[in-house]
Amino acid sequence: MKTYLSVNAKSYAVEHDPRRTLLDTLRDDLGLPGTKKGCDHGQCGACTILLNGERVNACLCLTAMHDGDEITTIEGIGSPELLSELQKAFVEKDGYQCGFCTPGQIMSATALLQEIANGAPSYVSDDLDSAALTDAEIAERMSGNLCRCSAYPLIREAIAMAAEGKE
Amino acid sequence: MRPFDYHRAETFDDVTSGQIIAGGTNLLDLMKIQVMTPEALVDITRLEGLSAIVPEGDGLRIGALVTNSALAYDPLVRAGWPLLSRAILAGASAQIRNKATTGGNLLQRTRCPYFYDTSQPCNKRTPGAGCAAIGGGGRMLALFGTSDHCLAAHPSDMAVALTALGAEVEIHGANGTRRVPLQDLYVPPADRPDRETILETGDLITAVILPAPKSGSRQGYRKVRDRASYAFALVSVAGAVTMEGGTITDVSLAFGSVAPKPWTIPEVEQMLLGQPASDDLFRRAADLLAPDPAPHPETEYKRALLRRTFVATMRQLTGLADTTGTDIARAEA
Repeated sequence: MKTYLSVNAKSYAVEHDPRRTLLDTLRDDLGLPGTKKGCDHGQCGACTILLNGERVNACLCLTAMHDGDEITTIEGIGSPELLSELQKAFVEKDGYQCGFCTPGQIMSATALLQEIANGAPSYVSDDLDSAALTDAEIAERMSGNLCRCSAYPLIREAIAMAAEGKE
Repeated sequence: MRPFDYHRAETFDDVTSGQIIAGGTNLLDLMKIQVMTPEALVDITRLEGLSAIVPEGDGLRIGALVTNSALAYDPLVRAGWPLLSRAILAGASAQIRNKATTGGNLLQRTRCPYFYDTSQPCNKRTPGAGCAAIGGGGRMLALFGTSDHCLAAHPSDMAVALTALGAEVEIHGANGTRRVPLQDLYVPPADRPDRETILETGDLITAVILPAPKSGSRQGYRKVRDRASYAFALVSVAGAVTMEGGTITDVSLAFGSVAPKPWTIPEVEQMLLGQPASDDLFRRAADLLAPDPAPHPETEYKRALLRRTFVATMRQLTGLADTTGTDIARAEA
């Protein structure tokens, strides 16, 4: 079957088996290996992408269900010459060790900053109408991204640094 | 995944027979490990009119395709039914909440580890096969409403809040559209734990209906789990309490991860109603929460945990305990 996707502002027509996930489409059909396959079950967050602007696990998306959708991957938010603010902050703060989870962490954090800007509350927000970016808020909002090297403190620092730059 | 035919339904009449898929966050996981092996998938995400949250009377009509995030963030829900926002935000991860839908949340499958393990017998997977949890390990299993054939618990947070709030489910079927209380969507496991709901072939959940807000009530969802985030509940308590003076004039409760569906115990509410809030009252009410013995030795701990979680929740909802920095909110509107 055939599905039309916009990935990082480029249009693609993908011929695929109905079982294909967006994760496999991105990595194996479109040659975009930045999105990682960790657990393939929605538990680790290594495959986090932006789907129509919102973060999702690409491993839990059937390509067939996303005809016409807009996808942004780690390859679409910056380049080695021109890093995004979050990418710069992860480098600055050393927000990784092995780096395997890093694309997912950065895509997730990219969405997190937008969610904060939209005033979206989290489980740890004192008030459903406030969304301050405390350390506890960052930890809660990033709980869908595992880092088995456990670089969590530096990941949180990098996100806080990028958030400050945005203000 | 086993091979399947994929069909995208463009209209209601175009919803062909097969396994319905919307968010897919639970279903695709189960298909990958071949616990579920549908021959046909029917994608309903393009159906019109199922993705909106609109006022209906003094209440709210939540389309079945509304995502968990959209529902938790909705300004009307935050103001009038804060318990629902709190419960949703207590569940899953931000990524999952962006994909998972309202209808799908209600129909998600248990997380009993034996249901997921195809090398073990499970009556929910294969009726008559046996239940590996009976005599096996089982600290996530249910306390209430189990049968000799299945001890599994319903894992939802959102559905527990919806139950406490008195939500109804709108079902579109061959004979038109009907509404049932959320409590009545689920059927007891009995000797056919594979049958989980009253839904029949061709039925589709199209919306969840919230009744008018409990104005001035204090609402909260207290979830106890192994990790601080992104973990299923061991037990949870959803509550909405209205007080006049020091007296409880309205109380609505539901208990999560302790039964095959969000559980209610009307006797508890009856004992609390019209009484002045006190620790003694809550302790006596908590005694109604503990079946003796638990259906599985490894869920014995849940009896005490549920009692204590209930008392702690009631203390916060009635002002006996400080609520600063907690997830207790007051319903407006």
